[in-house]
Amino acid sequence: MSVAVRSSRATTSNTLTAGKLPKGAPWGLLIVSWAIFVGIFLLLKASGTTADFNIVGALFFGTILFDVLIVVISMVVEGGRKAKDRLVTSLVTTAFIVTLLPLVSLIYTVISRGVARFDANYFSESMRNVIGAGGGALHAIVGTLEITAFAALISIPIGLLTSIYLVEYGRGRLARAITFFVDVMTGIPSIVAGLFAFALFSLFLGPAFRAGVVGSIALSVLMIPVVVRSSEEILKIVPNELREASFALGVPKWLTILKIVLPTSIAGLTTGVMLAISRVIGETAPLLLTTGFTTSMNYDLFNDRMMTLPVFVYTQYANQGPDATPFVERAWTGALVLILIVMALNLLARLIGKIFSPKLSRR
Amino acid sequence: MSKRIEVKDLNVYYSKFRAVEDVTITIEPRTVTAFIGPSGCGKSTFLRTLNRMHEVIPGAYVEGEVLIDGNDLYAQGVDPVLVRRQVGMVFQRPNPFPTMSIRENVLAGVKLNNRRITKSDADDLVEKSLLGANLWNEVKDRLDKPGSGLSGGQQQRLCIARAVAVSPDVILMDEPCSALDPISTLAIEDLIEELKQEYTIVIVTHNMQQASRVSDKTAFFNIAGTGKPGKLIEYDNTATMFSNPSVQATEDYVSGRFG
Repeated sequence: MSVAVRSSRATTSNTLTAGKLPKGAPWGLLIVSWAIFVGIFLLLKASGTTADFNIVGALFFGTILFDVLIVVISMVVEGGRKAKDRLVTSLVTTAFIVTLLPLVSLIYTVISRGVARFDANYFSESMRNVIGAGGGALHAIVGTLEITAFAALISIPIGLLTSIYLVEYGRGRLARAITFFVDVMTGIPSIVAGLFAFALFSLFLGPAFRAGVVGSIALSVLMIPVVVRSSEEILKIVPNELREASFALGVPKWLTILKIVLPTSIAGLTTGVMLAISRVIGETAPLLLTTGFTTSMNYDLFNDRMMTLPVFVYTQYANQGPDATPFVERAWTGALVLILIVMALNLLARLIGKIFSPKLSRR
Repeated sequence: MSKRIEVKDLNVYYSKFRAVEDVTITIEPRTVTAFIGPSGCGKSTFLRTLNRMHEVIPGAYVEGEVLIDGNDLYAQGVDPVLVRRQVGMVFQRPNPFPTMSIRENVLAGVKLNNRRITKSDADDLVEKSLLGANLWNEVKDRLDKPGSGLSGGQQQRLCIARAVAVSPDVILMDEPCSALDPISTLAIEDLIEELKQEYTIVIVTHNMQQASRVSDKTAFFNIAGTGKPGKLIEYDNTATMFSNPSVQATEDYVSGRFG
């Protein structure tokens, strides 16, 4: 009985129906397009035209082929309006894939080449007296962490207080001037920050003074404007109603800022600070100039040259020994460690953001 | 506890724009006074001058005198923070602090001012304030839950409890019910009736029935046109204002002929 009803319903023509691609069609088509180009690239490799199988190229051209195919097929089956929709959707998808390809490719390359020296020695030894294989980057990891931590120690209070001034107190010419100069500072090349710190210390401590702290100063010059801008945006979105509610309870302005505005925005503030740290932790040029490089351990921020991870990667790659392999391997592992540190910082920022963000859910 | 408010020739400005012109009014202690009038006529602006919240907006200032029991709020050397501790305020949209629990919200006025309070005193204050705001029975089992998890009406009563907890002399309410449903509105109107025993209450409302239900005296504000300053048109007993006003504009407004 029910079968009969269903079949009769299916045969009745509905004036509202139109040609429609099956639900999984775009995905199937995407995979087919990729497969076609993977095949073409494999053929090219087999015929000797290309030396290597290029998976990134295959995926890229496969995606382009998919864009063309989906629009043409949709035009035929579904008509013009739907085809336009498919065109825009596929363009957005293509943009997403094109953005993702270099990122995935980069992570893949760094991991595959960096994993060779990702061992215990790498994290427990310096490069002192190492000429060929072996050695490690402990001195560079310690240097990077110390220099960045000190840079953060300088930049976070200054940056945070500046943004509080701009949002809560700043009116008129002074505030406008600060905003202008912060914007200008955001754009200064990092080498200029390095030169500034180098020159500043050379003025007081004699020529060519090099120490970790000089690098910290250079990094904080780069970091402060980032902290100011991100904190300013976060503080601005704290609703004015909360400030007024606090004022109406007879709470002075500074306490309102300290106990209402900052706690409400703490999650966003930490995220901004963490992003600023991630921004400067990979700087090479100013550190090369201000802290120099060394092969030995140096825990003292205020004395002598210090190695940092980006500089370590650079020196290993630039000054290869007779047998290049261990140097290149160390460079790749250095890059991998740097990426892992930044990733850990970002995860930490998200975690902190989640813990501190105001609880709005009804429970 | 409650105090008399006298306002003499008050002009209120936003930078160069004069928003309210020449208001002179006396508000008696232990009464409810309602401000009514069309939107943009300066009711809320005027209300905010009564606890110096007006000057929070950049470029805003006033001329004239506001006396609370004879003390001029705008005299030289008056600390706005001390003024606001005596004159509490409840806003149009409920605004509990999102980072705080219900209990912390009620204690906010005490805690934020770094005053020490023992746990038992704090418990008493929370209970007393929430009882005063007719909210105790609804939230007594979940005082440590976030204040923003309550319904809109409960949030507004939490804000009233928060204002009451610092024991002010005057409570200003800026359209406290305009975002609430009739049931919550009724709860808050009952509450105003009770609070009247102890506090001087000034309420801005767009709801004529509400003004006639809760207030002892009513002030009608109006503007001549856009860009003109708002003026106090008539101020009298609520019964008189709604049955037999002396100014034609008031009668037109309360009877719904315009506005």
